[in-house]
Amino acid sequence: MMLTPLASLRTGLEVQLDARSRDWLHRALAEAADAPRAPGPGAAAGLPPWERHFATAGRHCAPAPGAAPADAAALTDTARVLLLHAAGPDAEALTRLYGHGSAAERRAVLLALPHLDPPPETSAALALVEDALRSNDTELITAALGSYAAAHLDAHQWRHGVLKCLFTGVPLSSVAELEGRARGDGELARMLSDYARERTAAGREVPADLHHALKLTEDPRTERP
Amino acid sequence: MRIFDPHIHMTSRTTDDYSAMYEAGVRALVEPSFWLGQPRTSPASFFDYFDSLLGWEPFRAAQHGIAHHCTLALNPKEANDPRCTPVLDALPRYLLKDNVVAVGEVGYDSMTPAEDTALAAQLQLALDHDLPALVHTPHRDKAAGLTRTLDVLRSSGLPPERVVLDHLNETTLGAATDSGCWLGFSIYPDTKMDTDRMIRILRVHGTERVLVNSAADWGRSDPLKTRHVGDAMLAAGFTDDDVDQVLWRNPVAFYGQSGRLRPGIPAPTAADAAATHEGNSILRGGE
Ligand SMILES: [Zn+2]
Repeated sequence: MMLTPLASLRTGLEVQLDARSRDWLHRALAEAADAPRAPGPGAAAGLPPWERHFATAGRHCAPAPGAAPADAAALTDTARVLLLHAAGPDAEALTRLYGHGSAAERRAVLLALPHLDPPPETSAALALVEDALRSNDTELITAALGSYAAAHLDAHQWRHGVLKCLFTGVPLSSVAELEGRARGDGELARMLSDYARERTAAGREVPADLHHALKLTEDPRTERP
Repeated sequence: MRIFDPHIHMTSRTTDDYSAMYEAGVRALVEPSFWLGQPRTSPASFFDYFDSLLGWEPFRAAQHGIAHHCTLALNPKEANDPRCTPVLDALPRYLLKDNVVAVGEVGYDSMTPAEDTALAAQLQLALDHDLPALVHTPHRDKAAGLTRTLDVLRSSGLPPERVVLDHLNETTLGAATDSGCWLGFSIYPDTKMDTDRMIRILRVHGTERVLVNSAADWGRSDPLKTRHVGDAMLAAGFTDDDVDQVLWRNPVAFYGQSGRLRPGIPAPTAADAAATHEGNSILRGGE
């Protein structure tokens, strides 16, 4: 049987967590799955239990002893993405979770966007991506330029996202579907060349990533599905 | 010398400060929420500040190899402004966050009834969230302020070992020690407490339950005061282990009671490394 990307995320997370963290994950996911999709007005009084799990995931995701040298932040990201998928928050809840979130919670909301089922309302989800792209936090910028942005972000914003990566030192290898979107993009090529000129004029090195992206734009555009 | 500054307001400091702190040995810090110098006029202004303590400031600190945690609260000064007090209703959701290691700074400024209310309410929040509390002792009328603070603490039910009394000096040390709370000393260039007086206090009191901080903020202050105390301790004959206890193990033990402290040095991400390598925007303070 083929595992869906989300199922393999979950399996991958479970093997890396210690037993206590795994118990927490099972409980938290079960409570998230039981949460009403659009909480009624009464729910506003206190935080739904699954949202408390979402906020506190960082202190419940301890790596198993002997597991591969795990990046605790990455384990927490995955747990939060799974919680969001299980709870399936509507656009309003998603916006609130991002707006009220720590940097790590915001990152998880961005990472979850392509996995949500049903998919989030596009304009609301894009507003979060655009908010993250206005920040100067490289981890938020990286999370914002995932496959959701690749599929939905308009050309102007996406090009500025790529340029922002070059400005802030985010490697372009972390931009989802860079090749496909950059291919044949003359406007992106112009922006990159202008930036390269600016760097050269200032006597500064042109990032290797810029040359790489510029090369990608030279390929003729193929029909995008 | 590894240093944990248990009380410093990095929002008001520059990247030069971060670099100098790292050079001096600072690897972890706690930033308590406090008054910004400019009064705030709405809860939303607090929320932006809290978000910054939970997002942007830890990111900045990580660029310099320093782990950043925070404490959140409505400060005593602004507890007197009815436009700000609704912050108390929003604190519960903020106090859940992974990087919040205490409720604070709470305490007294002018010892008003509004400050009584905010202090009691926030000590209850500390109990509810299983968090320690960072209690600021007032700058004016300090001894009387401490007496009143200790009365409120006793009736709060918060165990003294989960409280640090900060900005102490020679006149408040005795009562603070007797309370069983942790003892915080803010070393300033010309007020509160200086390095020589701190050494005398450590000689008499010892190194147990003592936290030394720079409390550096937007006023005249020095983020390297923790290091100066460490150097002065060694010069005065204290051992490396004494210094490590005061400047690292004590703050780790106090804030560790939250169960949320991760004082490990943040590993630079690939993006950070690239940013450093390129001399790019983050280290330069923006695009
Ligand atoms: Zn302070």
